[in-house]
Amino acid sequence: MTDIAVSTPARPAKREAESDLVRQRVRAAMWFLLPMLLALAVVAAWPLARSMYFSLTNASLTHLADAKFVWFNNYLHWTVLKSGRILWSGVLVDPAWWNAVWNTLRFAVLSVAIETVFGTIVALVLNAEFPGRGIVRAAVLIPWAIPTIVSAKMWGWMFNDQFGMINDLLMNMGIIHDKIAWTASADTAFFAIIIVDVWKTTPFMALLILAALQMIPRDIYEAAAIDGVHPVKTFFRVTLPLVRPALMVAVIFRLLDALRIFDLVYVLTPNSAQTKTMSVISRENLIDFDKFAYGSAESTLLFLIIAVLTIVYIWIGQVRFEGGRG
Amino acid sequence: MTTQVVAGVQPVRVSSFDLWKLIKRVAFFLLVVFIVVVMVFPFYYAILTSFKSGTDIYRVNYWPTSFALDNYTQVFANQGFLQNLSNSVIVAALTVALSLVLSVTASYALSRVNFRGRGLLLMTILAVSMFPQVAVLAGLFELIRFYNLFNSLWALIFSYTIFSLPFTVWVLTTFMRDLPVEIEEAAIVDGATPWIIIWRVFMPLLWPALVTTGLLAFIAAWNEYLFALTFTSDNSARTVPVAISLFSGISQHEVPWGTIMAASVLVTAPLVVLVLVFQRKIISGLTAGGVKG
Repeated sequence: MTDIAVSTPARPAKREAESDLVRQRVRAAMWFLLPMLLALAVVAAWPLARSMYFSLTNASLTHLADAKFVWFNNYLHWTVLKSGRILWSGVLVDPAWWNAVWNTLRFAVLSVAIETVFGTIVALVLNAEFPGRGIVRAAVLIPWAIPTIVSAKMWGWMFNDQFGMINDLLMNMGIIHDKIAWTASADTAFFAIIIVDVWKTTPFMALLILAALQMIPRDIYEAAAIDGVHPVKTFFRVTLPLVRPALMVAVIFRLLDALRIFDLVYVLTPNSAQTKTMSVISRENLIDFDKFAYGSAESTLLFLIIAVLTIVYIWIGQVRFEGGRG
Repeated sequence: MTTQVVAGVQPVRVSSFDLWKLIKRVAFFLLVVFIVVVMVFPFYYAILTSFKSGTDIYRVNYWPTSFALDNYTQVFANQGFLQNLSNSVIVAALTVALSLVLSVTASYALSRVNFRGRGLLLMTILAVSMFPQVAVLAGLFELIRFYNLFNSLWALIFSYTIFSLPFTVWVLTTFMRDLPVEIEEAAIVDGATPWIIIWRVFMPLLWPALVTTGLLAFIAAWNEYLFALTFTSDNSARTVPVAISLFSGISQHEVPWGTIMAASVLVTAPLVVLVLVFQRKIISGLTAGGVKG
């Protein structure tokens, strides 16, 4: 991989003589960064802080300004009844929320795992030399380019229980005997989501892995072949360790993307408890059900869960982003 | 695959070796065909469906059987769709333009100047680009209402900046880092200020990177759904993805699949053409943002 430290431009050989220049450059850099940082503060930092604040209030869509501070009541709240029984409420004891957390986690892990395997296979194919490779690479880019909503609709039509081609194909092949309501039935809705997501995002995975594969010098393979190493062994002992850093980065990109999934679930399997993810349930409460504060609490938890998972992943996986090099 | 063939082996052995090679060839070929079919089929099937009319649509075919334009005329008969298309184009174009303007200077600072906290800043920017968008929804909603932007294109351009800007900064930074040091040193020796270096020295070299980054950011903005759904309330500001997700038939229970497929093909075809034309650039941009970054 390209771990060559690029020497920082114009680092002066004679430090003292040119330190003025360095200072001027750093000052200019600060001014260059300022507009971008301000923009990000307005569109990201401030709204995030406000969302977190709203999660501690009783705000509703129509009462944003005069919301009262209620501490952690949206998260966890208890009332002691006269009979002495304690009644718990709040997101942390809401089964619908934990169901969404579970759905999101198993979706993210399962779909990213499948995509990694398929992505590697596609990348290995594209890395081989054969006539028509350009066409295959172009074909692989198509699912990536299709808007998620459009792919949700396209697959929704193919998954259609009465007139869909998937049922038709499977029945003609004799694999199933009764038509399956793929997106509506509780048993299959989750798998329908996985299938569409894998189809849509395997190309991204494949291209990232391919880029890493192409950086491996060919003579390593030649050496392995001359030594009579079995190709499968070469893959696991040579190729995989060499693409591992790139693979780890690709996986975390995809994991973060999968953990925030909204559009595919919202359009392909609306109102299915088996597929409802954290993003979907948060938005539902925020906007559709007018439980603005409650939805904010859920979106805050979603943010915290993803932040913790990311840190754990980077820490355990020793992921190195090269952005900060040099 | 260099299995050593010793001179003078029996013909049987040679042919079995060839057979094995042939099997592998065929298996590889089948795998390639399988990948291409799976990747392309759903889009192909959408095109097929979009050209069917009436009850034809309820019969499953795998090859083109009819060429009826009813669904397409239906899409355009619905006045709103042209509005949705122009909304999508305006929002995506302005979002990209804004992000690129802000990110050129920022990327220069992040890629060519050494200052304390640069690594941390880059990681923060990367983190923002991978942000769960729902986490800022409530705060953005308040801001957009406060500035009376609700149900306007500005609400979308404003909110799209959250993913578009970090992305363009990140990709341009990786591109700029690879520009040769010598060019910049020569400019510094000639007394050029950082500002001059960006606009006179780097910009001419950066055009390909800007096109790639802009294209990727455009596609991301074109495809966005959550903000577009939340911050608009009628067709005057809705973008294409929202419109497609809300298409409904005459009766509530009848889904107009033909029209949906026609609209889907209409908004996807330009993207697919763009992607095929700029294939190499897109791949280099994607991997610059991923592997290298």
